[in-house]
Amino acid sequence: MRDFWKRFRHNRGAVIGLVILAVVIATAIAAPFLFPQSPWKMVQRPFLPPFTQEGLPLGTDALGRDVLSGLAHGAYVSLLVGLVSTIVALAIGVPVGALAGYFVGRTDDALMRFTEFFQTIPSFALAIVLLAIFQPSLVFVIIAIAIVSWPPVARLVRGEVLSLRTREFVEAASLSGLSNSQIILRHVLPNALPPIIVLASLMVAQAILLESSLSFLGLGDPNIMSWGYMIGAARTVIRTAWWLSFLPGMAILLTVLALNLIGEGLNDALNPRLTRRSE
Amino acid sequence: MSLLSIRDLAIALPKGADRPYAAHDISFDLTPGEILCIVGESGSGKSMSANAVMGLLPQGVRPVGGTITFDGQDVLRLSEKQLLDLRGRRISMIFQEPLSALNPLMRVGAQIAEVFEAHGRLTPPERRARALTLLEEVGIPDPQAAIQAYPFQLSGGQRQRVMIAMALALEPDILIADEPTTALDVTTQAQILKLIEDLRQARGMAVIFITHDFGVVADIADRVIVMQTGEIVESGTADEVLLRPQHPYTRALIDAIPRLTGQEDTPAAQSDPVLSVEGLNKTFRTGSGSFFGKPRVVKAVQDVSFDLFPGETIGIVGESGSGKSTVGRCLARLVNPDSGRVIVEGADIAHLSGAELRARRRRLQMIFQDPFSSLNPRARVSRILTEGPIAYGAPRTEAMTRARELLGMVGLDASAMQRFPHEFSGGQRQRIGIARALALDPSIIIADEAVSALDVSIQAQVLDLLADLSTRLSLSMLFITHDLRVAARICDRIIVMQKGAIVETGPTAKVLHNPDTAYAQSLLDAIPGQEYERALAGAG
Repeated sequence: MRDFWKRFRHNRGAVIGLVILAVVIATAIAAPFLFPQSPWKMVQRPFLPPFTQEGLPLGTDALGRDVLSGLAHGAYVSLLVGLVSTIVALAIGVPVGALAGYFVGRTDDALMRFTEFFQTIPSFALAIVLLAIFQPSLVFVIIAIAIVSWPPVARLVRGEVLSLRTREFVEAASLSGLSNSQIILRHVLPNALPPIIVLASLMVAQAILLESSLSFLGLGDPNIMSWGYMIGAARTVIRTAWWLSFLPGMAILLTVLALNLIGEGLNDALNPRLTRRSE
Repeated sequence: MSLLSIRDLAIALPKGADRPYAAHDISFDLTPGEILCIVGESGSGKSMSANAVMGLLPQGVRPVGGTITFDGQDVLRLSEKQLLDLRGRRISMIFQEPLSALNPLMRVGAQIAEVFEAHGRLTPPERRARALTLLEEVGIPDPQAAIQAYPFQLSGGQRQRVMIAMALALEPDILIADEPTTALDVTTQAQILKLIEDLRQARGMAVIFITHDFGVVADIADRVIVMQTGEIVESGTADEVLLRPQHPYTRALIDAIPRLTGQEDTPAAQSDPVLSVEGLNKTFRTGSGSFFGKPRVVKAVQDVSFDLFPGETIGIVGESGSGKSTVGRCLARLVNPDSGRVIVEGADIAHLSGAELRARRRRLQMIFQDPFSSLNPRARVSRILTEGPIAYGAPRTEAMTRARELLGMVGLDASAMQRFPHEFSGGQRQRIGIARALALDPSIIIADEAVSALDVSIQAQVLDLLADLSTRLSLSMLFITHDLRVAARICDRIIVMQKGAIVETGPTAKVLHNPDTAYAQSLLDAIPGQEYERALAGAG
């Protein structure tokens, strides 16, 4: 564990990413306390530029709502969607990949054709269709994102399991009389974990982008303030009040960047042999 | 006059390694046309010392003292650019694993031509012609075809010949060979050794030959350096070091070499066999063959039959690809045989499945080759040893007590229970693997190349342990190995396999000293260091 942290720290970008993410998380947690009022509430005249009015440091939007409050509440939504949809996607992708890789043959064929079915449809289009069918509530946004993002997980896990299942310790486990499920859960998956963790950190970033894009198109939950919605609402006034699009855009950029940096740091820390670059 | 002269060379390891220096106080000379063998166990610093000559040390490892003088210049002070000119043209190298040292996507001819290209020599047609003569010189059958081949289409021995052809391309003064025959079969090894010897004589080239195998040393060396934990403990001419070793470490290494002679004939067992194999067959098919070409069919096991008696150890020997490992894996049902019967305690394991297979298979356990991949890196030893018994219904506390006993039995401390596999050395890991196999109280142990990955001295210890355990627990053992010396040391009977079929079976002494078949004889003839062994025996 200490080695892990040492290698992670070695990647300066990853540490910066961790700091940015910590700020975003702190904001998301603190939002209801710092801005107890609903972010939808109109507090001042519309189009107030930033740094002009005390108490409203980032100004107001087209309807006179507090931009800073919107960003803080939006952080909570973005992180929640990113995290939960990734967990759901892992919950689908890991078992599918593990079964396909371990049992090869027909099971593998069936599960992989099923996975390819999802992979052949452009994921964003599929998410839009799913949300057009369901009601656009937060739960369905999360489900839609999870459904379009699990296939890469299944592919990755399958590849890892395929190579692990021929290792001697797995053969020894089956000679020791362990059942297939015990072998998969206790011997194969724990050794496949590092790449899954790295992928998961990048998937959280992907999910945040997807949620923002959906909200931008007006397919998000209409009762929840999110960064994507803020950009979408401000796009018509981008020439007169550019900061209304720019600020939530920066928030998305920084969060996604932070998660990508962390992903890279995790990769260095978890696969030390692959990334031993010149000092 | 010496060609290469190394004085007080010290190579530092990065901080946090198990010792400060990979090698230190290294001094030796190499004269033209000489074969110098550097012998030592893994981690002795023998490869590092040779790599330093080429300026090819791993990240973080660097020379901190001494000089390497080659042709009047100090190699350690040369710039990277000057080194590039040196490498390949004046000093070249061949490696242990010829498959990973060759580019898999490049034809053999192009790879050899690339050596000339890198040094800006010759025109493309000339390069090609030279490649062809080189391939001829290293004795590749049908060089015209080989020049067009990809590395994976060649056998291990042929790939090593290609490596040697590349190394010789620019007529270097020194050839550094780092365990060049370790990954090869005995018969191929003998051919490669002869090739190196011939080339040395034809070209007057000096060779630094790094190996752990004293048999090879005895066959090829003019002078020998013995290294232990980064230091030279003994050096001298081959005869001095091998026949009159001074240093205790050298003596221990030489004593650890398994001898081919000295087996007693064990009386044939009279009781019923504990394992009977009848007409076992296994064929591997790769490629579906539906659209493109025919599927590749490998008859890995053809009509193999034998009996294993209680307390007996049978060695299955053969070259790689002879099907010996597949036999072991079929018996344990890690691979399903196509036909045949495997009878253990009255039940045919080959045709059982599900719960019944699981119950019967318990009596038959396996020890694997690679001590690094046969233990789950994320499981503590306690879990590795108790998992099996618990899966078969033993209570946890009982399994733990038993695991501690087993650790004692294989010569490890009970404190090992709480540690992870990576905290142990290769030999210790192999002991854990043996304890795991014993945890289920088997009557038959299948050891698949169980000591091939270990150093000689560790190999000797593990073999002794296995022999001791098999008598104490009256185990029957199937010992699969490519090394006839190892088989000679531990086996009562030997089965020789070739291309999936048994060619000879008999008591160890008979097969090793008076075989009936030409194939067994050819395997025996290829074992390195036989003259040396006779000389040792003669010296008493």
